[in-house]
Order: sequence, then C-alpha cells, then structure tokens
Amino acid sequence: MSTSLITPDLVAVDVVATDRDDVVRQLIDKLVAAGRVTDADGFAADVKAREAQMATGMPGGIGLPHARSQYVTTPSLALGKVPGGVDFGAPDGPATLVFLIAAPASGDADHLKILAALARRLVHPEFRQSLTDAPDAATVAEIITREVVPA
Amino acid sequence: MKFVAVSSCPTGIAHTYMAAEALEQAGKAAGHEVHVETQGAAGSVPLDPALIAEADGVIYAADLDVQGKERFAGKPITDVGVKKAVHDAPGVIAQAVAAVEAARAAGTAPAAGAAPVPVAVTPARTVGVGHRIRQYLMTGVSYMIPFVAAGGILIAIGFLIATVAWPSNGAIEVTKVVDGTNGAAFAKWIADGFSFTSGQSWAVLLFWIGKWAFAFLVPALSAYIAYGIADRPGIVPGMVGGFAAGLVGAGFLGGIVTGFLGGFLALWISRWKVPKGVRGVMPVVVIPLLSVAVVGVLTALVIGPPMKALNDGLSSWLSSLSGGSAVLLGVILGLMMCFDLGGPLNKVAYVFATTGLANAASTSAAPAKVMAAVMAAGMVPPLAVALATAVRPALWTENERESGKSAWLLGLSFISEGAIPFAAADPLRMIPSFMLGGAVTGGLVMAFGSGQLAPHGGIWVLALISKPLLFLLALVVGTVVSALAVMAMKRLGQGSDAEIADEAVTRPTVARAA
Repeated sequence: MSTSLITPDLVAVDVVATDRDDVVRQLIDKLVAAGRVTDADGFAADVKAREAQMATGMPGGIGLPHARSQYVTTPSLALGKVPGGVDFGAPDGPATLVFLIAAPASGDADHLKILAALARRLVHPEFRQSLTDAPDAATVAEIITREVVPA
Repeated sequence: MKFVAVSSCPTGIAHTYMAAEALEQAGKAAGHEVHVETQGAAGSVPLDPALIAEADGVIYAADLDVQGKERFAGKPITDVGVKKAVHDAPGVIAQAVAAVEAARAAGTAPAAGAAPVPVAVTPARTVGVGHRIRQYLMTGVSYMIPFVAAGGILIAIGFLIATVAWPSNGAIEVTKVVDGTNGAAFAKWIADGFSFTSGQSWAVLLFWIGKWAFAFLVPALSAYIAYGIADRPGIVPGMVGGFAAGLVGAGFLGGIVTGFLGGFLALWISRWKVPKGVRGVMPVVVIPLLSVAVVGVLTALVIGPPMKALNDGLSSWLSSLSGGSAVLLGVILGLMMCFDLGGPLNKVAYVFATTGLANAASTSAAPAKVMAAVMAAGMVPPLAVALATAVRPALWTENERESGKSAWLLGLSFISEGAIPFAAADPLRMIPSFMLGGAVTGGLVMAFGSGQLAPHGGIWVLALISKPLLFLLALVVGTVVSALAVMAMKRLGQGSDAEIADEAVTRPTVARAA
C-alpha cells in the first residue's frame, strides 16, 4: 500500500458547520487539496445522492457520508470532529464525528477491504471514543492507521 | 442458537460491514453464534454450506436483493434491512430468535442440522429468477406503501369527518361537492366554497388530498420496480409508464408490467457500448428519451386497446348476467372486485354497480343489492390482510405488519387499494385468496338480500344499508375465509421454496446486475 487511507492532512478538528452539506464540503476540500479527489463538485453530488437514498447518521453521534465515485483517485477517509454537532439523520441526535469515505468507482479489492475493515471498527464504541478523545489530527490518523490498516 | 446472515447496502462500502460487525457482536453478547456473508463491494465470501445447514435461522440485513437466497430455503428468515441492523443489532437478534421460536411452534422449520438443500453446495453467485422478480416487486411495493397509507387514511378521515359534518349521508355527500381531479373547478371551490370553520369543507379537502396521493400509487409502484431493476435510469420510464397504465385503465397489474418493461429497457440501454463523447449524455438524455418513448408507445398502443375491449366486453357480459341467478352474479362481482383492486376488472364491477343505482328506487331493488355486494366484496382484501398479519405476525415482514395495521381502517372504509402492497408483492398467492373471500362475501350479500343506495363509504354508511347485521356477517365470513386462504398460501409457498431452489440450479441463471 503506497498511500495510506488517512493522513493528518485529512483530519479536521473543531469543525464549525451549518449543515451536513457544509461539513461534507469542508472535508471534500481537504481531499481535493491532498490530490485524492479530482472534482469537488462532482464528488459532492455523488455523496449527496448516496445520502439521499438513506441518511448515514448512526447512533453515537456518527455521520458517515460516503460514495464510490469516478472523481476519487485514492481510497481515502477524511474525518471531521464537529463539537457543535451537525444533523446526519440519526435517530438519537446530531453527529459530532463525521467520517467521509471516498472510494474510487473501480476500486481494487485490497482498497475496498480496508474500507470494509474501517466500517467494522466504527461499530465499536471504544474505537469511536478513542477518536473523540484524540487531542490532535496526527493522533487521529495514527489511531485509524493502526486499527484499520493491516500490518 | 446459530444464525447465518447476509448484509448489503447501496454503495457496498460502509453499512454492509457495519451491519455485519454489529450483528456478530450483538449475537455474541446474547450468547448466539452469528455468521455474516457481506455482499459488498469488496466481494463476498460465500457462507460455508455446513454453517447454513447448522443454522437455526437466517437474517437478511440487506438493502439489495440477497444473492443465493435458495441456500436458505426452509429456514425462518428475519428480513430487516441494513439500517436496522446497524442501529439496533440486539433488537434484530431478538427478532430473529423470536422468528425461530415462532416457526418451531408452527412446526414449519426443519430442525437445525437438517441436510442442506442441494443448491447449497454449488457456487453461490446466482439467484433464482423467481426470487429476483419478487425482489423487484418488493422494491416497488416498499416505495408505494407510504402513498397507500397517507392517501387511504386521509380519505378515511375525510369520510369520518363527513359523517359528522353532514346531517345524513355524509360519506356520500363528501364525494359530490367538487371534482378534485379538475384543477379549475377545484380552485373555484377553494375560492368560493371553502370555509375554515366548516367541517364539511375540511372533509372534502382531506378526501381529495387522499385521492391525489392515491393517484401516485401506480406510478410509484411502476417507477420503483424499474428502479429495482435498472437503478436510477429506471425511475423515469417506470414512472411515466405507470402513469400511462393508470390513464388507459390498466390498474396496478398494468403498472407492474410497465415497471418491468421500463426497468429492463433502461438497463439494456444503459449497457450499450457508446463512444466516450456520448457517454456523458446517456443518463440525462439518451436513456430517458428512448425508454420513455418506447414504454409510452407500448402502453398506449399495446396495453391500452385490449384494456378498453376487456372493459366493454365485461360490461355487456355483466348486464346479460343480471337477469340470472342473483347469488352467481354476487360471486362473479366479488371475484372481479378482488382480482385487481382498482384495476380494470374491479372498475368494471364497481361502475356496473354504481350506474345500476340510478334505476334503484329502494334498498330492496336488485341494483341496490348489487351495490351492497360489490362494496362488501371490495372491503374484503384489506380486511383479510389486516386479520392475517394480526393473527400470524411471523409470516410477514415488518413492513407488511405495519401495512396490515392501517389496512383495518382502509378496509372498513371500502378502500380496496389498502391490499395492493400485499397483492403486488406476491400476486400469485394473494390475489386468489382475495378472490375467494370476495366471492364468498359477494354471494352471501346477494343471498341475504342486503341493499344500499350509497356508492361508497364502507362501514361509515352502514346505517344506510338494509339488513345491516347480515351485511356485516357476510363481510366477516368472507374476510375470515380470505385471511385463512392468505395464511395457507403463505405456508404453501414456504414449502415450495425448496422446489424453486431446485429449479434455480437447472435453469440458466442471470448474473447479478451492477
């Protein structure tokens, strides 16, 4: 694996956002800046289309916007901590941790397996708590890389 | 207990795996063993047939059609959708345990460890044609249900208010105030006739809003069957085709036809190999243009004319029958009312009854009895599914159980459409069961000689029906017969799933779309 799923550049702490489109957009801008997404508008539309099918909010303050898109070059995770919370349609309230998963339209199986492993980890409350408690972007990226990406 | 499960989601990268993990963890916590096959984008490893054989029950946490369903034939299946599994995995496990226990009590589940069905040893990347068709239907139905619930209940509330707001015959008067399908007339009524303080005004308004919601029934069914087949490109031809099917009088069965037509057409066109320059306009111009044109032309020219001929032929046949045996006529009208629930046969029977009313001087006149028979028979299907879902909840999905609850109100209000979600999802088993009950009720009403002069209203016009207790008796008997038939057919189906599975091995199977 030449490029990792997440780097400190892709983590935003203390995000202030008005709504879910806003926070998604901020995270997409990070992916574009890192050269992992070629077209911010195109990818935003794909994420929005997926979100419209079924809201991706999960219990425990998680928003999980995601899409497979032709505009994604590298499977990536961008993470935003939103202390104020932003609604992702979860039954128990707004999300404070927003994971934006970007997968290429034709991803190879290895990349997709990593995303699958990430999704499985997200179900565990300890994992989410460790991310919430992480003091800075570098720690967040380090935790995810350690827990999700196979050695 | 031991469970096997399948998870899938629209994108195949997140919820599929979260559901799998959540189910495995929740199972472990509750002392059960759960093995999940993740049918996601990363490819799926088929469940070991030995695990399936050992399993007590099966959980579908899937938003896509489950691949290789035949492997699970005969096991109690809990079908919840992926979101429920992510949000409330312990609840899903509890539900699956309850389903296993219910099936054991009913004696339908083979003991764990029973020999796996033959297909289980073959590679599991295929799925039976019958199951796929059912999955497409279910997709359409699940999107249609909210329209049925909203529209049906609004109409029923309209009736309810009307019975209070008018001194008498409110459930009839409310339909006559204004034609809500005529925009100009309706706007004029809002301007001149509507009063904020009038119960009558609100009854009329709610009644028509309900009718408007009903106008989307067939288009929504058709659109989302096509969506199930072709994904987004299917929606437009499906929706337009469903609208056209309604317009030419083909009812929900016509809408099912246009849904499949539009879906496969859109799927086929979307697979054309086209030059790169054209590819960009395929989804926004080419696919919708061609698929709508073809579906529209076929609906207007191929489906429409036979519908009209059928309509005319049936009408004159019914008129010729009305001189003969009253009970036989009641039976035939009952069969027609319950065959397509608002479709052409139903409409012919209903129009035959309402136009006859003009010649009825009293509730003892023959046309009044025909009207009573038609209305009672039309109330049977929703009441039957309401009863069947209440008596045997384990036979139904959660969605169906919820629909069953609102079907009580719809059935009592003579809104046959309340049963469409069930009929559309499983026409071969449901429609004959409905027809049986409708025939019983129709025949009984004619035999008892109840009559009515109201063209609609269901239970809300009971006061206007002669021999009301016998009318109710006929309704109850037909409802019970139909509900028993529905439950028996459901069982029958479970037994034959193994045969379907056998068939799936020998028949050419279709590779999964997208």
